[in-house]
Amino acid sequence: MSKYVLKRFFRSILTLIAVITVVFLLMRMMPEEGYFGEAGTDKLDESQKEAILTNLGLRDPMHIQLIHFYSDLAKGDLGDSLIYRPNVSITKIIKQKAPYSIAIGLSSLGFALILGLSMGVVMAKEKNKLADKMGTFYVVIIRAVPPIVYYLFIQLYLTQIFKLPLLFDIDEPSSWILPTFAMALGNIAGYAMWMRRYMVDELNKDYLRLARAKGLSERKIMVSHVARNALVPMVQYLPASILFTIGGSIYIESLFSIPGMGGLLVDAIQLQDNNLVQALVLMFSVVGILGLFLGDVLMAMLDPRIKLHSSGGGR
Amino acid sequence: MASDVKTEKIDKSLFKFAEYDSRNAELIGYSNYSYWRSTLQVFFKNKTAVILLSVVVLLLLFTVVQPYLPNQHSPIKINVDADGLQLRNLPPSSEYWFGTNSIGQDIWSRIWSGTRTSLFIGLTVGIIELIVGIFVGSIWGYVRKLDPIITEIYNIITNIPTTIILILIAYILEPGILTIIIAMSVTRWTSMARFVRNLVIIIRDREYNLASRCLGTPLHRIASKNLLPYLVSVIMLRLALAIPLAIGSEVFLTYIGIGLPVDIPSLGNLINEGRMFIMTPSLRYQLLFPTAVLSIITISFYVMGNAFGDASDPKNHM
Repeated sequence: MSKYVLKRFFRSILTLIAVITVVFLLMRMMPEEGYFGEAGTDKLDESQKEAILTNLGLRDPMHIQLIHFYSDLAKGDLGDSLIYRPNVSITKIIKQKAPYSIAIGLSSLGFALILGLSMGVVMAKEKNKLADKMGTFYVVIIRAVPPIVYYLFIQLYLTQIFKLPLLFDIDEPSSWILPTFAMALGNIAGYAMWMRRYMVDELNKDYLRLARAKGLSERKIMVSHVARNALVPMVQYLPASILFTIGGSIYIESLFSIPGMGGLLVDAIQLQDNNLVQALVLMFSVVGILGLFLGDVLMAMLDPRIKLHSSGGGR
Repeated sequence: MASDVKTEKIDKSLFKFAEYDSRNAELIGYSNYSYWRSTLQVFFKNKTAVILLSVVVLLLLFTVVQPYLPNQHSPIKINVDADGLQLRNLPPSSEYWFGTNSIGQDIWSRIWSGTRTSLFIGLTVGIIELIVGIFVGSIWGYVRKLDPIITEIYNIITNIPTTIILILIAYILEPGILTIIIAMSVTRWTSMARFVRNLVIIIRDREYNLASRCLGTPLHRIASKNLLPYLVSVIMLRLALAIPLAIGSEVFLTYIGIGLPVDIPSLGNLINEGRMFIMTPSLRYQLLFPTAVLSIITISFYVMGNAFGDASDPKNHM
């Protein structure tokens, strides 16, 4: 077990280094306007621009830049923002923003887990009846329609129907409800669909006939046999849903003006703040790698048969 | 004895001996199973899928035919009235069926032009995915030495949220259709390649393939009769799902400002334009019409792709 975790950890570190290097090299291909801002591009003359670029270390050879970048990273320094908030350290900006993203992301994950799993249980129990059909309809809609579309409609209509605030407000607890709910919708569909499938698989197994023959109540069979056994394979969707939540946070945060990292990324892209985009892309990748690592470890803890294959995870 | 009792009770006149027929003897074990016929049979049993198939076919036909219909406006022409003023935000009328947008362009023709763009992106990405995925997947499965390298590349790509890769590539390259196609293709081939790799490893040395090879079946026949049926369901599913995904990614990228330029009508651009009127109920149709068309397309393709994927899986043919 500990050997597995160690091996898996080592692989995550390797992936991390590869990702950081690739992102760094890709960002060097960006047009250099991203280092002056819209105002700067017009005002500064060529020699001033050159001086700024040299100051930022962008005229050094690539390998020196990369070494500088890594040594700064080791010190926890992601560089300074260029346009979004000129000359403010990016770590400082992220420290202000991250708590909102983490709070909303985690609460939406928890919400999706509870609601999605119970929806899956109900759908499996009511197989081919109305509840199952409605659930399937929901899953199809959520999986087929691009998220941005139903996010927009949630913001447009649910705010009116339930008299909830349209935009996020730190001091107003009810403004948390819709973003969390919207972010959870996709994961609810995923969990419900897989939970239903695993439970239906489980329902056809022989040991259930024995359980019925023993005279166990249908309720007990469902809860302590079927649902419990179906939960084990469900764990493998946790990492994927973490990745999905990260993706969703980018839309949701900018749509509801939540002062988190996803909204920040959209702002940074629109302002073409190269340094900030680079730092945020790295942050999100790190969260993704970390989430998958934790998911795999959790799965190995639950199911001792799982070993580290060279073929990679279940995604 | 027991057996005698039984035979005595049977009326012999009810039975007669069958004549030996050498042709019928040869027929034993032959089934007239045809892969494609069974696939279509199973598919056409699914009524919802058939209805959606006709919706998709009609939509496809319509997007092609629409510019040649009478009384159509150009999707990029800014319409002006007699005094040369832009016809801004006209409500739907007999002249402009879905009204005009904030600079006087015809929304109806923009929607269909945008649908063409989105379908083109989706199909291109789907085809790239098929080619790259099947090619890389077969190398991955067959060439043992390359396995660790491709596995590492796969791990790196799948470890990062897809949205982040999409954003990174769209941010770095010039905005345009090609950029969106590249950005989507970079992540999308991986699951296809992985599927093909696993398939190659599992099926390559199965007994029936070994038997086929021993009987001298040529490689192309093994590929088309023994391997392809396993692939068809996944190919059809992924191809159909590429279209909703392409539309979704394009809408998302346009929303955060690195999608298609405004002069290329696309569903993303239309929804983005419509989003500005979210607070103006009287103009909200500018958001509702494109999203309605978009939802019909994506849901039809999704359900149809799944139905065809199920139907083309040989396990569902019995």
